[in-house]
Amino acid sequence: MKLLVCISKTPDTTAKIAFTDGATKFDEAGVQFILNPYDEWYALVRALELKEQHGGTVTVINVGGSANDAVIRKALAIGADDAVRIDTVAASSSVVASNIASYAGENNYDIVFTGKETIDYNGSEVGGMIAEHMGLPYISYASHLDHDGSKATVTRDIEGGVEVVSVTGPFVLSAAKGLAEQRIPNMRGIMMAKRKPLEVVKAKETESAVSVVSYSLPEEKQGVKMIDPDNMDELVRLLKEEAKVL
Amino acid sequence: MGVLVVAESPKGQLKKAAFEAVHYAYLSAKNLGGEVIALVIGESSDAGQLGTYGANKVVRVDYNGGFDSGVMCSIITQVAEHVGAHSVILNHSSTGKSVASRVAVRLDAGLVSQVNSVPTKDGDAILVSKPVFSGKAIAHCKIEGPKRVLTLMGNALPPAEVGSTCPVELVSVDVPTSNVEVIEQKTVEGVVPLPEAELVVSAGRGMKDPGNWSIIEELANTIGATTACSRPVADTGWRPHHEHVGQTGVAIRPNLYIAAGISGAIQHLAGVNSSKCIVVINKDPEAPFFKAADYGVCADLFDVVPKLTEAFRKAQGA
Repeated sequence: MKLLVCISKTPDTTAKIAFTDGATKFDEAGVQFILNPYDEWYALVRALELKEQHGGTVTVINVGGSANDAVIRKALAIGADDAVRIDTVAASSSVVASNIASYAGENNYDIVFTGKETIDYNGSEVGGMIAEHMGLPYISYASHLDHDGSKATVTRDIEGGVEVVSVTGPFVLSAAKGLAEQRIPNMRGIMMAKRKPLEVVKAKETESAVSVVSYSLPEEKQGVKMIDPDNMDELVRLLKEEAKVL
Repeated sequence: MGVLVVAESPKGQLKKAAFEAVHYAYLSAKNLGGEVIALVIGESSDAGQLGTYGANKVVRVDYNGGFDSGVMCSIITQVAEHVGAHSVILNHSSTGKSVASRVAVRLDAGLVSQVNSVPTKDGDAILVSKPVFSGKAIAHCKIEGPKRVLTLMGNALPPAEVGSTCPVELVSVDVPTSNVEVIEQKTVEGVVPLPEAELVVSAGRGMKDPGNWSIIEELANTIGATTACSRPVADTGWRPHHEHVGQTGVAIRPNLYIAAGISGAIQHLAGVNSSKCIVVINKDPEAPFFKAADYGVCADLFDVVPKLTEAFRKAQGA
């Protein structure tokens, strides 16, 4: 099987969220960047498992500058065969999706994987856009995937449960928790990753209709009000009269 | 030209999310201009009631096949062109999210997902905001161009009644063939799904054993809340996977989130910190969750939860 996994670089979950340049840019100072967990733990690992089962190749693709090479090498260390980086600023999901779709369209992949969302912009946009550009089915929020070589059976997370679907032919899939188990790269993988091919290609599309004008931080909580455990009537009263949520 | 809003109607039933989306479309049309046209896909006997929340007209398309984002996209974009929509609005739900990105590409429109504010005009562009970094910041976005697609975050803006029932027009569209077949759906019946719930009662490892959950269920039933849990509890199989709220689980935004026996790891907070009011019950005064809470009770949950249930009952009886 020929598999493509789209990977993103995101700030670590515990990163301090702050902005610079008049609140127009994310402040990267002191921030550790990681592979987006949905891409790494679920999409990439399930792709590797399918390769182990059916044979084939796993390619990872990223849109961004050379600062992203560290997380791309990590994906190679986990087990991807080769990598592609489309060299432009990932200004919006549409820029990312159209560039990946035009690369993928020339290479006949059986499955294009994405994470269900990135943990920074939480958009959940790229997978569906790639599918639409390529005219392929899009199976979102997959928590289980079986593939017999020609047909896939996928369990998708929906509100309050799951839906099981089957899909024939190539498709785009977004990966949710449950699709696979995280793999930690070993020393051999890390050494081999240094020699694996990382192709840098020029971007085709760099214009975007959507931009971020500024960022702000949500209103801070007033601080917690501690309630006497023997006076739950008081808590109910506060929820009704002060918080007004009942 | 107007605003087209997709009103989700699973199994022929309009959901609260549909009323939210229609009312949001009504508020958006006030700023952006044009009529509000609500699209109902599939059976619906009471689609006209969407007029109450601000729709000028309902367009209904008969489609009873399973969910395929490609088919949905085709139906929505055909209707969008039929009614001359300048904006398309969907819920930020598993359906809406899966379809919106396709619709944006096909209409060559700018997409902002999970919006939590009513769009305003800025010259020819529009401005709208959305939470980013798992609710730890808000991005104020600009969309250029004549068309845009927005997905509305659940529970962000309450639906309000502003009119009366409106006419429903049945429109026929070309339905493309699909490579996707829905085999089955397994969903919990009779409870509000977590992403739509206004009241949520959640519990974690502090429960010690899955057999102890009856006190949580009793509390939830008393106030009509949906139950949820933390990641370790779902991972060990104490509770079903779809109840897991947090970074890798479901992100929720209820009016009230009651958490018992959950310490409040940053990954858990990422999924719940947009809740309007958070009550934390924990016997450890150092639990980090207290810092993110509105109200805290520092005591043994096995003692406090039944007392809280009793207090709610007493208040309801009063």
